[in-house]
Amino acid sequence: MTANDTIATLEDALPLEALPLDAWHRARGARMVGFAGYHMPIQYDGIMAEHGWTREHAGLFDVSHMGQLTFSGEGVDEALELLLPSDIRGLKPGRQRYSMLLDRDGGILDDLMVSRPADGAFDDAAIYMVVNGATKYDDIGWMIEHLPDDVVMNHMADQALLALQGPEAGEAMAALVPGTAELIFMQCGAFEWNGVPLWISRSGYTGEDGFEISLPADAAVAFADALCALPQVKPIGLGARDSLRLEAGLPLYGHDLTPAVSTIGADLGFAIQKRRREEGGFIGHGRVMKELADGPGAKRVGLTIEGRLPAREGAQIYVGDVQVGDVTSGGFAPSVGAPIAMGWVSLPHSAIGTALEIEVRGKRIAAVVAPMPFVPHRYRRKA
Amino acid sequence: MSRYFTDEHEWIDVEGEIATVGITDYAQEQLGDIVFVELPAEGTTFDKGDDAAVVESVKAASDVYAPISGEVIEANGALEDEPALVNSDAEEDGWFFKLRMTDPSELEGLMTEAAYKKFVAAL
Repeated sequence: MTANDTIATLEDALPLEALPLDAWHRARGARMVGFAGYHMPIQYDGIMAEHGWTREHAGLFDVSHMGQLTFSGEGVDEALELLLPSDIRGLKPGRQRYSMLLDRDGGILDDLMVSRPADGAFDDAAIYMVVNGATKYDDIGWMIEHLPDDVVMNHMADQALLALQGPEAGEAMAALVPGTAELIFMQCGAFEWNGVPLWISRSGYTGEDGFEISLPADAAVAFADALCALPQVKPIGLGARDSLRLEAGLPLYGHDLTPAVSTIGADLGFAIQKRRREEGGFIGHGRVMKELADGPGAKRVGLTIEGRLPAREGAQIYVGDVQVGDVTSGGFAPSVGAPIAMGWVSLPHSAIGTALEIEVRGKRIAAVVAPMPFVPHRYRRKA
Repeated sequence: MSRYFTDEHEWIDVEGEIATVGITDYAQEQLGDIVFVELPAEGTTFDKGDDAAVVESVKAASDVYAPISGEVIEANGALEDEPALVNSDAEEDGWFFKLRMTDPSELEGLMTEAAYKKFVAAL
């Protein structure tokens, strides 16, 4: 028996590093795998149980592998607007936005979260950014190349990053940090717990209400212990993180998003606000404008799958004898109770309801282009 | 009846010329929640080492090899409706398929339960 576990083989050329909560995960019975260059917990009790717990209660995820960056200095907004297609000048203090880095051809180099701390609220930074773990060093290199000397970028390598996600995340977080009850989706601010400074945003990548918490690495164990001592909270591994985000219709960089694909095809046009579309002035603008006018060649779509056989990343999508796309993420969806997938298909076959076939081990299985998310988002939109 | 084990984490119960094949409890625990099992059709013939079945967990697909040569006489239909049987009862009700062996001498290289336990403990 051999497992073709793609997570375990990523970055296997380099020695893996330990994150601040490494021993904490192992002590809780986590199975550790290599991911983005680090030892990370793929599961504790099992992916199905952890997935279900997060949808019903609150799950604690260690995402300390992700890159945390701050930016400061004269002209930081203008400098970042060259790199990001999103409206940075219009980003208010205490607000966060989803954005991405594009290459000159409009291909996606990474997707990310960008926020503006109020004056002096976090590391004296004008802008705080969270990028993917596997791409962070490439991102840093790309940005150094394109930022003017007056803008200072700091990689916060000594910060841990946790995510608390689920319908009970709000009450759990409020039990430790009462002020967080005021935050709504995509708001952020500085808080304190037992003298530890916390930078908290109300956001996440599961489709549920929840928070992402940046804190000094040396306080991560104590804070994770305090959260998991609450009845609502259990630690959750990468496996369930992946099934949760897939059900939420959220793309995973390196799989659903790559330098070969574009923002408009990825259905991420919401990240490019009206002023930026009109004015341009960011790397990759040409492709965005062309695809807004003419349509993209292919689109990222959701797929529901008939039967119980999962279609996974790399499976080819057909109409008759013609290949029209590829699955880029797929698996069994615990909350749906059936396999689902995300993939890229050529524009004429991308409309909701289009019947397609996916080839899995030489067999064709029936699939239909479906609206995403597969499981409704439950973000906290209003106080 | 004798039970044999392979280093690919399969178990084989042998009764006369019939071998019942499944994956071990250790294997199901490593795989995690099993959501689909693709079983061979009756009448399929295997040489030892051929791809015989596929186990899909939430996370990944894993191949199961034919531990010995033979012809499939029955597949465990219960796994179609309840793939999680492999998690809950890997070494009894969660069996995969029965083979009519064509070369019982292949059993000679396999492990006993005690040897398999030692093998797993060393992993």
